[in-house]
Amino acid sequence: MSTATGYNFAYLDEQSKRMIRRAILKGVAIPGYQVPFGGREMPLPHGWGTGGMQVTASVIGEADKLKVIDQGADDTTNAVSIRRFFAHTAGVETTEQTAEATLIQTRHRIPERPLQADQILIYQVPIPEPLRFIEPRESETRKMHALSEYGAMQVKLYEDVARFGHIATSYDYPVMVNNRYMMDPSPIPKFDNPKMSMMPALQLFGAGFEKRIYAVPPFTQVESLDFDDHPFEVQSWDEACAICGSDHSFLDEVITDDNGSKMFVCSDTDYCRERVDQGFVGTAADLSTSEQETEQ
Amino acid sequence: MNKVIDAVQSDAGVQQALETALQQEFKEEWKDIAPLLSVRELNKFYAPGKGCGDINFDLYPGEVLGIVGESGSGKSTLLSCLSARLTPDSGNVIYNSERFGEMDLYACEESMRRVLMRSEWGIVHQHARDGLRMNVSAGANIGERLMAVGERHYGDIRAKAEEWLTAVEIDTGRIDDRPSQFSGGMQQRLQIARNLVTHPKLIFMDEPTGGLDVSVQAKLLDLLRNLVSRLGLSVIIVTHDLAVARLLAHRLMVMRRGQVVETGLTDQVLDDPQHPYTQLLVSSILQN
Repeated sequence: MSTATGYNFAYLDEQSKRMIRRAILKGVAIPGYQVPFGGREMPLPHGWGTGGMQVTASVIGEADKLKVIDQGADDTTNAVSIRRFFAHTAGVETTEQTAEATLIQTRHRIPERPLQADQILIYQVPIPEPLRFIEPRESETRKMHALSEYGAMQVKLYEDVARFGHIATSYDYPVMVNNRYMMDPSPIPKFDNPKMSMMPALQLFGAGFEKRIYAVPPFTQVESLDFDDHPFEVQSWDEACAICGSDHSFLDEVITDDNGSKMFVCSDTDYCRERVDQGFVGTAADLSTSEQETEQ
Repeated sequence: MNKVIDAVQSDAGVQQALETALQQEFKEEWKDIAPLLSVRELNKFYAPGKGCGDINFDLYPGEVLGIVGESGSGKSTLLSCLSARLTPDSGNVIYNSERFGEMDLYACEESMRRVLMRSEWGIVHQHARDGLRMNVSAGANIGERLMAVGERHYGDIRAKAEEWLTAVEIDTGRIDDRPSQFSGGMQQRLQIARNLVTHPKLIFMDEPTGGLDVSVQAKLLDLLRNLVSRLGLSVIIVTHDLAVARLLAHRLMVMRRGQVVETGLTDQVLDDPQHPYTQLLVSSILQN
């Protein structure tokens, strides 16, 4: 079905895919454990989602429907180019709708719509090692993982509370997977951390630069670290989404003109569109219709 | 007064009886006390003559043992071997742990050694940079060991950090400053606080006063001596400074070329050195 000639299905050769699948299987077997793998060169730079793309390339099939999001949006450069890449090299169908997708590659967000058991969520990870902040030596962090010595991780949270009065880490918030391995959830906002726990969908993480793959199998417990007297909390907003009026989704602050006017909109564009289709409206509904009229 | 002493001394029988009684009492008192650390036939050589060898000694609870000798005599190598940081070529280091009972350091699991290092032991490095995390605050440095042993209450951790800063005479207002903003003496004191916070039983110190000026050294030594006697710590301290040894150590081991050449009570070794090398060492101190 491949539309691009001269390339294997989904770009990677079959041997590389098998190697990556073995790493994925090991990752699934040991939830939260970072499995090293032989990262391949992808036709875009490290840091642009090469880890996630290699995982996607290894698990994608002809029948799959792919959705790619970047900061929750389907229409940003990174999302558009990765989606087109797989449409081109694997000839798979793509979609912007969370409900329809069987594979979702993501950077920075977990979709607002709860994922189902027949879906796979693939994260692009820049720095897979949560302990790197406190311990620069790889040999030492591996030992710390092996012996579950995670007290040092708490130091990061201590520093937050000492400096800001509360746990100010708002993304990349460290989690404990299945009560065993400390895991970096990639730079998703901590707003999304609770969604990871007991999720029916399989979650795979690919770090291209650091050449690590790890996974959270379906229905696995994922706990965010905290202090007894400073419990884990997610972000909340006083405003609702200006487009769909949602008061329970992760909001982006958007500056609308040079006079400092701003509005808050859902970061998950598909979720926002879905709500608008259902008839929900926000405060900026008049604004968007009037804009459309002027365009016409 | 002299007459009484003469009378007692002249009566050899009485003196004999007195000594026996004293020895008996001493034995009674100490017979149940097991050594905290026993070292048997310890060898570690990087090359012939480089390292330390044939080391045997016992360290009892509450005892401060000084290891002195010139640079390159194997003091630091020995300390690393004792504190589970360097695997010796041969020999045993037996530690009497509160948690694990009697254990051979290099025959047991590495995880047990690491548990010891962050709970029952403290290691004070010569350079504070080796023992501190320079990129996190003083409070976090002290709190780290607490968090490592499972403390998860921020308020408690912070209160303990303040308490220990006070104990080592650092202004509690500096709790959120990074160690890189501290003076050398303060860094060294912070290192001590960081180690003592989990109430260790045994502290290893490698030249704790190295690189500090004399008045700061004196202050640090005073603090150490107070803490050691107040908390009943056992200490193994490596130093090339005999003044430091005299001030802190109960017992001394003099090392030269990787061998122990003389051991004994500190005053005895320093005031009446037997081995020619110890005599040289003692006589090389500037007298005033």
